[in-house]
Amino acid sequence: MSRHESSRPEPGQPVTRNADAHHELSIRVRDLSLWYGDSQALKNINIDIYQKNITALIGPSGCGKSTFLRCLNRMNDLIPNVHLEGLVEMDGFDVNAVKMDEVALRRRVGMVFQKPNPFPKSIYDNVAYAPRMHDLVSRKADQDELVEKALRDAGLWEEVKDKLHQPGTSLSGGQQQRLCIARAIAVQPDVILMDEPTSALDPISTATIEDLMDKLKRQFTIITVTHNMQQAARVADYTAFFHLGEIIEYNNTKTMFANPATKKAEDYITGRYG
Amino acid sequence: MSQSFDDISAQLKRRHRKSARLKWISMGALGLAGLFLVLFFADMLVKGLPAFQQAQIQVEIDYNEDASRMGRAALDPEVSRLVSRTFERMIPVQLRNNPDLLGTTETRWVLADSEVDQYLKGNRHKLSESQQATVDRLVAQGDLALKFNTTFFTSGDSKMPEASGILAAAVGTVMTLLVTLAIAFPIGVMTAVYLEEFAPDNRLTQIIEININNLAAIPSILFGLLGLAIFINFFGVPRSTPLIGGMTLALMTLPVIIIATRTALRSVPDSIRHAAFGVGCSRWQVVRDHVLPLAMPGIMTGSIIGLAQAMGETAPLIIVGMVAFIPDVSPSFTEAATVLPAQIFTWAGEPEKAFVEKTAGGILVLLAILIFLNATAVMLRKKFERRW
Amino acid sequence: MQTDQLLALFCGTLLVLGLIAFFLGRAKAMKVRNSGTPMTAQPDQYAWFSVLSTAGPAILVGAVGGFVMLLLGAEIPTFYLLAGSLVVAAVGLMIGIAQVRPDFHARKAIERVIRWILVTAALISIFTTFGILFSIVFEALRFFQMHSFWEFITGTVWNPGASFLAAAGRAEEGASAAQFGSVPLFAGTFMITAIAMLVAIPVGLLSAIYMAEFAPKRVRTLAKPTLEVLAGIPTVVYGFFAAITVAPIIVDVAGFFGLDASFNNAVAPGIVMGIMIIPFISSLSDDVINSVPDSMRQGSLALGMTQGETIRDVVIPAALPGIISASLLAVSRALGETMIVVMAAGMRPNLTANPLEDMTTVTVRIVAALTGDLEFESAETLSAFALGLVLFAVTLSLNLVSVLMIRRFREKYRVTNL
Repeated sequence: MSRHESSRPEPGQPVTRNADAHHELSIRVRDLSLWYGDSQALKNINIDIYQKNITALIGPSGCGKSTFLRCLNRMNDLIPNVHLEGLVEMDGFDVNAVKMDEVALRRRVGMVFQKPNPFPKSIYDNVAYAPRMHDLVSRKADQDELVEKALRDAGLWEEVKDKLHQPGTSLSGGQQQRLCIARAIAVQPDVILMDEPTSALDPISTATIEDLMDKLKRQFTIITVTHNMQQAARVADYTAFFHLGEIIEYNNTKTMFANPATKKAEDYITGRYG
Repeated sequence: MSQSFDDISAQLKRRHRKSARLKWISMGALGLAGLFLVLFFADMLVKGLPAFQQAQIQVEIDYNEDASRMGRAALDPEVSRLVSRTFERMIPVQLRNNPDLLGTTETRWVLADSEVDQYLKGNRHKLSESQQATVDRLVAQGDLALKFNTTFFTSGDSKMPEASGILAAAVGTVMTLLVTLAIAFPIGVMTAVYLEEFAPDNRLTQIIEININNLAAIPSILFGLLGLAIFINFFGVPRSTPLIGGMTLALMTLPVIIIATRTALRSVPDSIRHAAFGVGCSRWQVVRDHVLPLAMPGIMTGSIIGLAQAMGETAPLIIVGMVAFIPDVSPSFTEAATVLPAQIFTWAGEPEKAFVEKTAGGILVLLAILIFLNATAVMLRKKFERRW
Repeated sequence: MQTDQLLALFCGTLLVLGLIAFFLGRAKAMKVRNSGTPMTAQPDQYAWFSVLSTAGPAILVGAVGGFVMLLLGAEIPTFYLLAGSLVVAAVGLMIGIAQVRPDFHARKAIERVIRWILVTAALISIFTTFGILFSIVFEALRFFQMHSFWEFITGTVWNPGASFLAAAGRAEEGASAAQFGSVPLFAGTFMITAIAMLVAIPVGLLSAIYMAEFAPKRVRTLAKPTLEVLAGIPTVVYGFFAAITVAPIIVDVAGFFGLDASFNNAVAPGIVMGIMIIPFISSLSDDVINSVPDSMRQGSLALGMTQGETIRDVVIPAALPGIISASLLAVSRALGETMIVVMAAGMRPNLTANPLEDMTTVTVRIVAALTGDLEFESAETLSAFALGLVLFAVTLSLNLVSVLMIRRFREKYRVTNL
């Protein structure tokens, strides 16, 4: 494994202006660029993401925020013709190193998708499948306990405890999304990536998920993509504003929304374009 | 100056007639195609249904000394000509195996000669006037009648129409298809999984894809040439056996299974794959635990349809020698056997008129099995159809 | 018999070794993990890796040995071969168990093997195509060494009659009589194919037009699968139908008009083959006509065209590449069709334009040359491969042209479901 020295001088200009310095670093990105074939989708991204916080990625559609999110657990590997340069570092490990097992990476960096996509299995198996596969549990009782804990953490337990063996697809959209969150946290990851997790949901389900995110950040580092600025303002500790494949501004959310440093961010936040 | 509606309508009449004519002609074409289908099935039913009935005759069998040398001696000379010769040949054998029978008599229903059978069914026959009179009398007495033809389902081929049946061919078909399935299903599914889930989009993959499509369009007889030249002459696989037949048919069925499996895999939405990748599955685990189980009904449907196609195939099997006179069920995969379509082909070439009925009867059985298989495939598809 | 028993013994031993590998591998991995050492893979994965490393090389050695025996004719006694592979299996077992180490990535190793197995399966399709090509070309070349290619292509007399004598070493007695001019065979093939197309194209295309343009949805969902039943009926059944039912009717009808028809006339197999091929044309044409964009129809109707005129002048021309493609596929299918002609057409090579006479086809001669107890080396047997080669070349090119046409249609209208 290629371990980078943390004392190494940081390349490029640090873009963080972070007041809460006691936060610990989770993911460090330096000079990350990405091409789909010939077209460049990400340009020199530099960002530090802190543990047990919610970081929101905002920006107009097509700005590269989802692409960036997928770099963090190498879901972009699934797309042919993707070419990538730069460094994504987690716990001092280079995520894109040849020796890094993308499967091991995805175990530590879970993901929740835009549209709820439960497996066409029972609610129980949706949650239990991955821990079983990763050999996190060996006895049935442990497994039951893990499933219950994950569903409780996802705020779904009370609603589904009597129908654990019904198919996951029988739930409502909001419940399905919380099931997907339970599925992700059952693997006990460090980081959870959320790709517009509420965009397919109604306002009430959205509120439930937002509350949930707030609770979950005690245990997990959450990085969420959202096209909804109010949501970013409500839930995020840090916000990064993407535009045309670049990070224009990255700051703690309060500062960002109250006093944006750049004109583009201000225009976007005040709704001049989007 | 613009025309009134009436003027235009008047001019349009001819054009509307032409349009209507196209509609009626095209409808007629569809009707004609349907009519062919109906005529075909009606013809097969008319020709084949009589095969399921067979004239049987009640005779008194006298197991005497002479009968142990010549079976005919056991029967009343008047009826002995009307009884199937296969039965007469059985009597000395029976006596040899069971000497206690000697001196006893027995009355029972036995197979009648095929000429009697044809006479009763009103077909052309070779019975003399006096034989016809005897037959009429026996029918009136209730000692001669058309009964359900169990022989047809319980015996193999025979040179005598009344004693020939489809059992050997049916068993041969099952054995051959087992070999086909054992080869084509795993290879076909693995190929499709590779192409859909693993293969990079490169030259090799494209060549494989073009190849598979071409394989599906190659005339079946050429697969027979391959089987003959490579499997038999080169690798020394024994001729005429379920093994060689199954191997040859497997190569033909392969593209069907591959194409069906790829369609089934493609119908599994990517969101499922992403979800599985997202919880840390490797590519193989995604396929094994999520994609394949969801695609299985589609794969099964495609395989059943491929098997049904292979089941009706004859030409390549003729080339690898599966058309032979096979009176007994083949005891192993490496001994000579025949299959239903090949049996039909053999019977169709027999000169006796009585075999026409047998041929059509065999066809009805084959068609019934094919319809059953295809109906199963359709039901499977209906039952497991899933909308995403 | 002895080989069978040896083989059974071999499989049994291998199975036992595999089981041992599985449980030993898992036990060792469990022990290491329970002692607190973090491992890169899970116990089951180590277990399966051990099984693979036991059975894989052993089976490979056995298969390679078998191939060497077949190809090079080397005599390796089966017993030594199987014993050898079992030794390999035992070594593989030990290596597999030794590999159960925390830093060894068993899952990745297994998945590499699985990937290779899948690639091998995919390559089999290529082997099959090349197998067909090589087997046919190789035997055909041997035929062309005996008889000139030019005579084969242009000769008008097909009379293999006494060629088996030449193979039997008595060439002077009958070889002069053997002639392999394939023109009459191809003439017969094209005649029957042409008759089939005369039936199939009009009926199939008009049925497709009705189903796609006029028929209510219920009729269409019922009619299409019903027509496809026609394509699912085994060809041997059609052959019987053509020979027993249709041919006598043709003879009677011809007799009614004072014409003399043979019972093996070309019309009966032609018509029946045409019936069989109807769904090939109707189903594909129906799909193609359906995928012509509605905007084109609406454009025409808005100009005051009748529905019939719209179909004739707009829909059909737009769908033409697809319809031609379907017809080419049908022609290729008819050329290679065997059982109908074997059972209903004649055996006599006959160069004539009269479809009521008996005539034979390429496929009939292939079957005739390869059935019966002929010497494989004889020119007649090998002639089957020469005929097969031509058939292969023709059907393959028809298929390729058809694929290209449908692809052009697809690109033109951006249709993805064809």
